[in-house]
Amino acid sequence: MTPALAAAGQILLLVLALVLVHRPLGDYIARMLGTRAGQKPDWRVERFLYRLLRIDPRADQKWSTYLTSVLAFSVVSIGLLWLILSAQRVLPYSLGLPGMSPDQGLNTAVSFVTNTNWQSYGGESTLGYFSQAAGLTVQNFLSSAVGIAVFAALVRGFIRKATGRLGNFWVDLTRLTLRLLLPLAVIGAVVLLAGGVIQNLNDPVTVQTLDGGTQTIPGGLVVSQEVIKELGTNGGGFFNANSAHPFENPNAFTNLVEIFLLLVIPFSLPRTFGTMVGNHRQGNVIVAVMGVLWALSLGAVLWAETAHNGVAMQAAGAAMEGKEVRFGIPGSSLFAVSTTLTSTGAVDSMHSSYSGLGGGVLLLNMLLGEIAPGGTGSGMYGMLILAIITVFVGGLMVGRTPTYLGKQIGAVQMKYAAGYLLVTPALVLLGSGIALLIPGTTDTLANPGPHGLSEILYATGSAANNNGSAFAGLSANTPMWNLLLAGCMFAGRFAGIALVLGLAGSLARQGSKPDDAGTLPTGKPLFAGMLFGVVILVAALTYLPALALGPVAEGLS
Amino acid sequence: MTTPTLANDDLTALATGQPSQPGTGHRRVRSSSVFRPAALLQALPAALAKLNPRSMIRTPVMFVVLVGAVLCTVLTITDYSLFALLATIWLWLTVLFANVADAVAEGRGKAQAASLRAGRDTLTARKLDAAGAETACPAGELRIGDLVVCEAGDVIPGDGDVVEGVASVDESAITGESAPVVRESGGDRSAVTGGTRVLSDRIVVKVTTAPGQSFVDRMIALVEGSARQKTPNEIALNILLAALTIVFLLVVLAVQPMADYSGSPQSLVVLVCLLVCLIPTTIGALVSCIGVAGMDRLVQRNVLAMSGRAVEAAGDVSTLLLDKTGTITYGNRQAARLVPAPEVSADELRDAALLSSLADETPEGRSLVDLCAEQGADLARADRLADSGSVVEFSARTRMSGVDLPADAHRPTAVRKGAVGAVAGWLDEQQITVPTELLAAADEISAAGSTPLLVAEAGDGPHGRTGRALGVVELKDVVKPGIAERFSELRAMGIRTVMVTGDSQLTARSIAREAGVDDYLAEATPEDKLAYITREQQDGRIVAMTGDGTNDAPALAQADVGVAMNTGTAAAKEAGNMVDLDSSPTKLIDIVEIGKQLLITRGALTTFSLANDIAKYFAILPAMFASVYPGLQKLNIMQLSSPQSAILSAVIFNAVVIVGLIPLALKGVSYRPSSAGALLARNLLIYGVGGVVVPFVGIKLIDLLVSLIPGIG
Repeated sequence: MTPALAAAGQILLLVLALVLVHRPLGDYIARMLGTRAGQKPDWRVERFLYRLLRIDPRADQKWSTYLTSVLAFSVVSIGLLWLILSAQRVLPYSLGLPGMSPDQGLNTAVSFVTNTNWQSYGGESTLGYFSQAAGLTVQNFLSSAVGIAVFAALVRGFIRKATGRLGNFWVDLTRLTLRLLLPLAVIGAVVLLAGGVIQNLNDPVTVQTLDGGTQTIPGGLVVSQEVIKELGTNGGGFFNANSAHPFENPNAFTNLVEIFLLLVIPFSLPRTFGTMVGNHRQGNVIVAVMGVLWALSLGAVLWAETAHNGVAMQAAGAAMEGKEVRFGIPGSSLFAVSTTLTSTGAVDSMHSSYSGLGGGVLLLNMLLGEIAPGGTGSGMYGMLILAIITVFVGGLMVGRTPTYLGKQIGAVQMKYAAGYLLVTPALVLLGSGIALLIPGTTDTLANPGPHGLSEILYATGSAANNNGSAFAGLSANTPMWNLLLAGCMFAGRFAGIALVLGLAGSLARQGSKPDDAGTLPTGKPLFAGMLFGVVILVAALTYLPALALGPVAEGLS
Repeated sequence: MTTPTLANDDLTALATGQPSQPGTGHRRVRSSSVFRPAALLQALPAALAKLNPRSMIRTPVMFVVLVGAVLCTVLTITDYSLFALLATIWLWLTVLFANVADAVAEGRGKAQAASLRAGRDTLTARKLDAAGAETACPAGELRIGDLVVCEAGDVIPGDGDVVEGVASVDESAITGESAPVVRESGGDRSAVTGGTRVLSDRIVVKVTTAPGQSFVDRMIALVEGSARQKTPNEIALNILLAALTIVFLLVVLAVQPMADYSGSPQSLVVLVCLLVCLIPTTIGALVSCIGVAGMDRLVQRNVLAMSGRAVEAAGDVSTLLLDKTGTITYGNRQAARLVPAPEVSADELRDAALLSSLADETPEGRSLVDLCAEQGADLARADRLADSGSVVEFSARTRMSGVDLPADAHRPTAVRKGAVGAVAGWLDEQQITVPTELLAAADEISAAGSTPLLVAEAGDGPHGRTGRALGVVELKDVVKPGIAERFSELRAMGIRTVMVTGDSQLTARSIAREAGVDDYLAEATPEDKLAYITREQQDGRIVAMTGDGTNDAPALAQADVGVAMNTGTAAAKEAGNMVDLDSSPTKLIDIVEIGKQLLITRGALTTFSLANDIAKYFAILPAMFASVYPGLQKLNIMQLSSPQSAILSAVIFNAVVIVGLIPLALKGVSYRPSSAGALLARNLLIYGVGGVVVPFVGIKLIDLLVSLIPGIG
């Protein structure tokens, strides 16, 4: 099979699977989020949890209460995780490893609770099995559910009239974890186990290799973490090598399964959105924009990586440096594009080793704001914010006060939406600027010149957008990077969520205006085109100078 | 042809989409007057006065440019270079051009205000005291409730209601319409406006507004722009523009450390140029000009909006309540058809109908004369015949008109035309019955919502008194031609039209069907109107209506856009949020279009402004960094001659485009009624794609000139 054919086959299989699954899954999620708690469909285990945690599942929360719940839950989660990571030595299955330093522990805790999963540590050499399973894996589930819950609250803002109530965070969190993530994770785990991913509690074994050296063969509860790492668009690997490690991702089959897992929920949520607002076209427009961005990005990376630039690449037939031979260019590019366009950040290849432009596309993917299709929930609310900006400008151009799904986009809504638009650029640009101004930063870079700048941009972009993938090359375990990036991750996640929930509240308080021929049609291809333009324009205008000095300068040299 | 001229104008307006004023342009939404480049120069002093930072801070985008210009001035002085000097000059020009845009818009309003104000300040009122004695009192000291006397030649000192007498009044100062209007006490034509002149007779006016609050005062404040408050959409747009400005501020802040790292630190002047080129200066400079100009366009159409909010709401209107009379149909019923009785020829009926109507001066009567003439009746012969006899005029009691002719054996001696019941009664007196076929025809006409008239004759024949019913005339409410097309256009724009009439259900339904309105409100009372509006609003719709009577006031107040007729009562004007000085019922449609045009202009220029940035990046980024990374020279796709000329050209383009767009901001982007989808496609193409392409061309052309400057190119 030629590489081109292999690439086409993988892509076709993946797209086909997504097309088949997104409808039933999206509708299933919509049903789950659409019915109120305290009615018949509560599961027994849910009722038990509500009683145990003294949650009134019938309480309908205002946006401020919903936000307080999200924040309280997340801050407590960070605290607990930090504790586990710091006190690792006294916990079971620690493999004798010491606790993390305070700054790295904080960085890691914030990272996993914000669904970022930036790792300034190497998994197998730093963390024991308990920390990985009870600490990180648990947060992989919960942080993903939090994202979808916030998305649900925003959609309720659109569909509810004259109320201001957005549902119940605790109910959303419980249901999303128990009814969506756990069952899917179990299925995914079985498939990955069959594909060869490991799951055991064995201590690492040191073996003699054939050529006389020694090698440590690790064990661990890998599958349980691996599956939710992808499914919840988390991305924090059990091993330092992440999905490039043969125990996490043994072969081309598991590679494709993992890519499918990390895309499946984000690509199903537009369907959920369409179903919940009672108009599938609205969801189709969103999914179309996401799909086109994904396809274009994939095309660009495949082109950049197969183009024969330089002696080494010509010798290898392609830019194979930093890529696993068992995945090749297509498997690696597919994974890299999908992981940077969702907020996953898992890697099966070294993004730093991509060609200048290819790496630039991966960087741009994150800088787009993680919306194609983005993280679980976060991708949708990010895209909906951009849709609101589009509706505003487009609405003016048709001579009406802009409305989206029957809700007026006025000054209050604009304040929240414009605020959301400011969060990540502020973090990325100021973060990069500050990092460059701090003496000693350049010492943490593995490469000089434009590639070094790309490493910095990639780090702040990855943190602020809650992606978590690393460009590699950056020595990120310094107190400066640990604290700066923890700040970026926390602010990037929760400032965004606060603004989204505020927006949802202001929308839910409004009545609804019926659409007519004079209303901007938001369910048509023209709107999808305009939304696509706005997505590109916003990212391009914000990051062009930075990109010009990083990947573009490198790629054009 | 005896149709009144006004109706004729309305007709043309409706059919062609042109406004009904005389001497207007040929586009539907017409530019108020031709934009003259000289106006830019005239606005210069006002523009300079606006450089005051306290007034600049109101548009944050331009304030940033001002700060940048000041900074560059200091830098040019401390560290002179030709490039810095030129850049600084153009930054100042950018600020100045934005102020010129504002000043031009406000200047047009000021000119109007000045003509309104002329001669008002020195006015003396003839005030009546409690005893009825007349005293002289400066107009500025009148209070609400004061009574003033105005006689022929007097200027009415303030807004009020006529409480005594009737007079013809010249309102041309306000409306520009030279034909005098009648104002009388009681009823819906009692309101008079301060500043208008009494031409005949004597009236006593009760003052209803305090000085400084009168109609003309408000009009002056509005057209001068001093009373202008930001509208909701403008506020939302400003938030977006402010957010974008902050984003670009961050971009430029972060560029310097990155440039430093890359080994090519940039001068502050270049960074300021980059910032000014990126922030949305085009729309930022023009946004308030667009608002003032929108208000101005309404005033040019003789509509006075009480707030900019109302103008914006007009663009959002989704339900239009239109009075039937005057808007959908001509004001009165017209003869449309003659139905002869069995054994009566069409000509016989026609001639009799003509004869009986010659003396009927009611519009219905005149329309019947027109119809007969159209069908070939001999007017001169009928006139001679009528002159020989005696005319029986129409009266409300008899409900018929006709002619009694001298006795003549060859023809009847009496012809009558009138309500079916009345004429049948007249025949009955002479023991003549109306054929049942004719009565059936009359019933049919009634059933269709029209009014039947019976025509009959009587005479002294050889066998004594004889006579017969000749036929029926159908009087019909005639729907204006072209109105149905206009309504389907409105439907395409997403606007429902609702006809409001006092007619019966039957009549209303038939006219509604013919005119193609979406709904109708028959036998409408003011309460019905109010209830209808409230119901629509509960469904989230935005409602506009016109009204003139006091009993319209609650509905006018409830409607999102309430347009009061200037001829209406003070209560109606107070309740509405707009006043139509022409009192033209079709004006509402124009108002909606002006509201839409205002919003579209804002959206289009925002899109244009943002799309411009792409070309500016392609000019400035290679200029800044190609020296360290030669590969970036590939981004210099415009082939600009040198880094300095590239940056200067971008800055100059950025400034010049503001001036270039002032005419567009003033007259609004062209607007043709169509669906939202079609509008979006069109405007995206012009202002989105155009916004990307135009600066590439513009910057290149400017660069060709700039590169000629020694030391820059």
